[in-house]
Amino acid sequence: MKTDIILAGVGGQGILSIATIIGEAATKAGLNLKQAEVHGMSQRGGDVQSNLRLSDQTIYSDLIPRGKADLIIAMEPMEALRYVPFLSKDGTIVTSSKPFINIPNYPDETAICAELDALPNKVVRLDIEEMAKEIKTPKSANVILLGMAAPFLGCLSTEELRSAIGRVFAAKGDAIVQANYTAFDAGLTQAQQ
Amino acid sequence: MDKRLLLGDEAIALGALHSGLSGVYAYPGTPSTEITEFIQNATGYGRETYIICDHELKANGDIHSRWCSNEKTAMEAGLGMSYAGKRALVCMKHVGMNVCADPFVNSAITGVNGGLVILAADDPSMHSSQDEQDSRFYAKFAMIPVFEPSSQQEAYDMMADAYSLSESLRLPVMMRVVTRLAHSRANVEVKSEARAENQLNPDSGRHWVLLPAIARKNYLELIDKQNDMKATAASSRYNKLTTIGTPSGRLGVIACGIGFNYVMESEAEGIEVLKVSQYPLPEQQIKELASRVDKILIVEDGQPVVEELVHGMLGADYQIEGRLTGALPRTGELNPDSVALALNSLLGNTTATTDFPVANSPINVVGRPPALCQGCGHRDVYAAIRELIDEIPSARVFGDIGCYTLGALPPFQAITSCVDMGASITMAKGASDAGIWPAIAVIGDSTFTHSGMTGLLDAINDRANITVIISDNLTTGMTGGQDSQGTNRFEQICLGLGVEPEHLHVVVPLPKNMDEIRKVLRDEINYKGVSVIIPRRECIQTHARKLRQAKK
Ligand SMILES: Cc1ncc(C[n+]2csc(CCOP(=O)(O)OP(=O)(O)O)c2C)c(N)n1
Ligand code: SF4
Repeated sequence: MKTDIILAGVGGQGILSIATIIGEAATKAGLNLKQAEVHGMSQRGGDVQSNLRLSDQTIYSDLIPRGKADLIIAMEPMEALRYVPFLSKDGTIVTSSKPFINIPNYPDETAICAELDALPNKVVRLDIEEMAKEIKTPKSANVILLGMAAPFLGCLSTEELRSAIGRVFAAKGDAIVQANYTAFDAGLTQAQQ
Repeated sequence: MDKRLLLGDEAIALGALHSGLSGVYAYPGTPSTEITEFIQNATGYGRETYIICDHELKANGDIHSRWCSNEKTAMEAGLGMSYAGKRALVCMKHVGMNVCADPFVNSAITGVNGGLVILAADDPSMHSSQDEQDSRFYAKFAMIPVFEPSSQQEAYDMMADAYSLSESLRLPVMMRVVTRLAHSRANVEVKSEARAENQLNPDSGRHWVLLPAIARKNYLELIDKQNDMKATAASSRYNKLTTIGTPSGRLGVIACGIGFNYVMESEAEGIEVLKVSQYPLPEQQIKELASRVDKILIVEDGQPVVEELVHGMLGADYQIEGRLTGALPRTGELNPDSVALALNSLLGNTTATTDFPVANSPINVVGRPPALCQGCGHRDVYAAIRELIDEIPSARVFGDIGCYTLGALPPFQAITSCVDMGASITMAKGASDAGIWPAIAVIGDSTFTHSGMTGLLDAINDRANITVIISDNLTTGMTGGQDSQGTNRFEQICLGLGVEPEHLHVVVPLPKNMDEIRKVLRDEINYKGVSVIIPRRECIQTHARKLRQAKK
């Protein structure tokens, strides 16, 4: 059993904290894991991506081959689209629908959505920041996204992910743990609709 | 044994701590920075009280880990600690090897006392660098052993072996990693206890004095040690032969470092793979492999170092494939796709093409280059410089390395060059000598203390007609906000080097001060001599991080 995930976003959007939660859950479940991160120059508002590989077998490459990713989790729709060449035939895309526009030539927003929707793959998208405001967990948009991705994580159950959230945020106090549970559950409900 | 989820860099740091390290000496540089940061955190460096995270090690808090001014000072301090009998780690990004090349090469001539490991983190594909030079060339040049891990686990395990080897051969040892390993996390089995540090035990030998008569003798000894080095690498547990499927004899592979992972990831069948993670190259094993197969593919992440060497071993008639022949891309980091493609085409597997099941190239995607943060002080500096260039088109602005290099991109497009740490001042001087006016240098505070001060001294001694802007954000921003070595002393440093007090100015780069900044800049380009302007305002990221830490 293996799950290959590409996490994508813009430097500073917090994709690495999603990776941390999945990593914690995978470690607890005794799975092998490799997670290639981006540090350095592109963290200054450039596009960032992380390859996260989970398996009960030996994982060799830190990078996912083209066409082999089971899941793309993106904090931003154009960034989701950027990694489509890595997606497998029956892979899933889970993305925030809200563009992060910090460049002058950002493509047409509706064209991006249309291109995503035209893919043969399952695409789950949602304005996670809007949802975060609605459910009063403004700092947990990325955990909503993780909740949306949870049903597609293959190697890990939603329960395993949920309890990893508890452990990762434990040091920050109960209020923050609860807010993140709320965010995760909201995302999960959204994906199951 | 404990299991920990660690970045390659963290595995190296913990491996060093567990090997009885007494000090790390380093200058930040992607992708090596996290090694020193991990050691700082593990030993409580910079905290008011030393709280040792005792699951890391049962060591004392006086393991040296403060940042150095540059890689050369780091390398020399590491050598000094080794002379004193203790174990030292010197870390840098690949281009740091250029800066410390003199002490590095000569440390192989002096030899070492306490174990000395030099960690070079290469950056194929230049994710955060100006070139993709391969540090294995340096190790070969200096004639010392190299370890090149293929996994985070090996990175951890190798540190112990590297220190033992360094102490048994009495030579410095290089550990070479690439970005992909340094910045990738995996589960690593780690020991629960650290080896004891060495006692203070200064070397009494004469071999530390590299007078020609002594150096000649040392050099012969270094050459003598080559056989021991080769024997150790030949029997290394990190160099081993593996087969995928039943070997067909058609293709052999030499896979170095993480190149091995891409070979194993491929579904190529019927090949013999010689994994190489310790150098010098195991010549005998390579010759034996060559005799069993028709041709050999060299898979190495970086420059074709091994490919060239194997050509020398096997002769011109033997078919060797790799980056030089086009079987693999000549530049850039390897990936599972490029390696699978090379293997399949050499095996004649035309059916096994990598398929792109969904889409090859999405349409509505554009590049998203990095940019200076909104509110960054460098922005205000460049806004003023841009205006000046628009007014005086002959102005040339020589840039340097750091966040402020992003002033080359829109909207500022304000710098002409960015070459290596410190080159802004000296290139501006040379250009000014040639007749360019106004010649302006823009350099960051950390870059200035790394390699800008000596260039400024040249400019002052020569009365060069240049204007130097030290854009001081009180931190080493580009690499994540490490302490900068000259903070609060830049005026003193400049005056001490001989800048005239009337031509040294400090400004605060904020939009409301634009008139003042404009005026200072205009006045100083018109002064025929060296002027220094220091725009000073803290990096907003570092500032925010300090606030968060203070709250905790
Ligand atoms: C020889 C060498 N060592 C290290 C680096 C990595 N590096 C690039 S920029 C930089 C720091 C620049 O700091 P500073 O000059 O203060 O500028 P800032 O990023 O804060 O604007 C470092 C460490 C490098 N490129 N070359
Ligand atoms: S990290 Fe600091 S120095 Fe770098 S761009 Fe951002 S504010 Fe400026």
